[in-house]
Amino acid sequence: MSERFEQGLSTLRKQMDARVVSYLSSCVHCGICAEACLFYTETRDPRYTPIYKVEPLRRLWSREYSFWGKLASSVGLGESLTEQDFADWEELVYDGCTMCSRCSMVCPVGIDIAYMIRKVKEGLAAAGYSPDDLKGAAKRAVEIGSPMGVTLATLQATIKVQEKECGIPIPLDREGADYLCLLSSGEITGFPEFIGSIARIFKAAGISWTISSEYFEATNTGVQLGNSAIAAELIGRVVNAAEKLKVKYVISPECGHAYTTIRWDAPNIIGRPLPFKVVHILELLDQLRRDGRLKTSGTTGERLTYHDPCNISRRGGVVREPRNLLNQVASDFVEMSDHGAMNWCCGGGGGVSTLERARDLRTKVFNVKKRQIDELNVETVVTACSNCRHTWEDGLEAYGMEEGVELVGLTELVARYLVENETPTAGQ
Amino acid sequence: MFAEFVDGPFWYFSVTVFVVGVVWRFLAVLRAGRRPDLSVARASAVVGAIRTNLSRFLPRREIAGRIRLPVVAGYMFHLGLFALLLFAAPHVDFIKERITGFGWTPMPHWAFILASEFAFIGLLILWLHRVLNPVTRLLSRADDHIAAILTFVVMLTGCLALFQSFEGLRVLHLFLAELLLVYFPFSNLMHALMFVPSRGYTGAMLGRRGIHA
Repeated sequence: MSERFEQGLSTLRKQMDARVVSYLSSCVHCGICAEACLFYTETRDPRYTPIYKVEPLRRLWSREYSFWGKLASSVGLGESLTEQDFADWEELVYDGCTMCSRCSMVCPVGIDIAYMIRKVKEGLAAAGYSPDDLKGAAKRAVEIGSPMGVTLATLQATIKVQEKECGIPIPLDREGADYLCLLSSGEITGFPEFIGSIARIFKAAGISWTISSEYFEATNTGVQLGNSAIAAELIGRVVNAAEKLKVKYVISPECGHAYTTIRWDAPNIIGRPLPFKVVHILELLDQLRRDGRLKTSGTTGERLTYHDPCNISRRGGVVREPRNLLNQVASDFVEMSDHGAMNWCCGGGGGVSTLERARDLRTKVFNVKKRQIDELNVETVVTACSNCRHTWEDGLEAYGMEEGVELVGLTELVARYLVENETPTAGQ
Repeated sequence: MFAEFVDGPFWYFSVTVFVVGVVWRFLAVLRAGRRPDLSVARASAVVGAIRTNLSRFLPRREIAGRIRLPVVAGYMFHLGLFALLLFAAPHVDFIKERITGFGWTPMPHWAFILASEFAFIGLLILWLHRVLNPVTRLLSRADDHIAAILTFVVMLTGCLALFQSFEGLRVLHLFLAELLLVYFPFSNLMHALMFVPSRGYTGAMLGRRGIHA
């Protein structure tokens, strides 16, 4: 038995909490979770059945925690967890699951399968069975501060361009500001207009905010990889930046897993409550709208729909807010057949979009989104996650639909109709 | 001799194993421990736990069409089984005599026939689905088949005992039911009780986040 494998086993043993034991004790192997998973519905490969992806954890539990398993292993019988199992499950867990948790919503006995998959990742990562792309991203996140290698110089250059475009100074390291806004590397490099959009909205709403030059990254590759130590390190940097700037709130930007991580998982990963409140950008915008501080004028007449990022809606609980905002700026907003907490994932979450080797599988499972779009005949898809946007771009291109469907970030769309200084902007 | 053993010592043994085993399984869950959730809740965890415990009795609209067969068969089996267990006339008498000291109105004969048919058809469909569907075939383990077969023979001997009014069948039925009680805590038949904390943990987590599930 190799040392790394033993380390993986040991890490997996540490994952056996009351939730996991109750889940493994109640599963009846009904397979209903398969029908909620896009990796199964689009491939019809039973190995992608969500509960099957936690098989390493189940095998360990069965052998070391169950009556029959203990009895069998005491006489040298029964199934044991092998290093080959780790090797076999790496692809299923990392490439074939976005941790979208749609399966967790349909299990008749209430098993939170995504919770257990996250735990399996901890074991696999500790044993060295995790994809190189994700390991590389985590390394960059720790060493450079961004999984994509975005440096402060890149951010500053992006800010300069956005300041020029929107004509508003973008505050960096403003001590005592109310809000610290995090950004995802995907936004900085792919959708920098998000920064200009929030600058305009916050100015119009009178929000005191800032970006930290010390740590601005919202994403957490440690969570995607299944490495709690890296996850805690990255969360610690956010906490330090927020404490240094003495902010009251931290804004999670348009990124799904970044929100779930900092809002719901972070205190549990670092083992103490956060010294600030976390708010998602859509929650804040909707709050400003309700308070009358975010005013818009006019609406787009384009037929559009909203793609719920799984970690914002299903795992994050932000479902109503984007719809409130959309109804304010769009006159022909239509819902996908399954939406809100039961939306279909785009296929890029949980770090899957990082994996080059998963490209074909990702394209295949994107077919579920293609079908949803085909049903609606929309011109625009609005979303609130840069990772989803990248996955959508790739998916639409792969299916030859990139010409017919425009992708827009919700914050950006709201900013198009913003009333600045009571003067409607050019968006109308 | 065998009848006396089944009616006496083995009954007490099986009930003891069942009760001790179930308690032991629940203690195993509690012993595994759970750290408190340190995130700031948006809504009540308790309400979420209760809501999910109730809501998961019905399939979600978004997926119902895809899982019609196991859901319908599951309902047929479970409703039929519980009707038989709690309202079949011999069971009411048995419970009054051995457990509670009081009884209730048993179901009429036609209802017994209907409940039996529901339970048998449901269980057979579920088991066929288990062995024929590629997903459930991949997931299923020996335990799933043993539990299904044991439940089937308990139901079969119970029905035969009632219709044949033959003492030997009654004893066989009770013996198999006692075997089922002994097997219960060591198998995934535990789902019949363990679904409560399982749904509860997930519901509490989702409830804190303001997600209706």
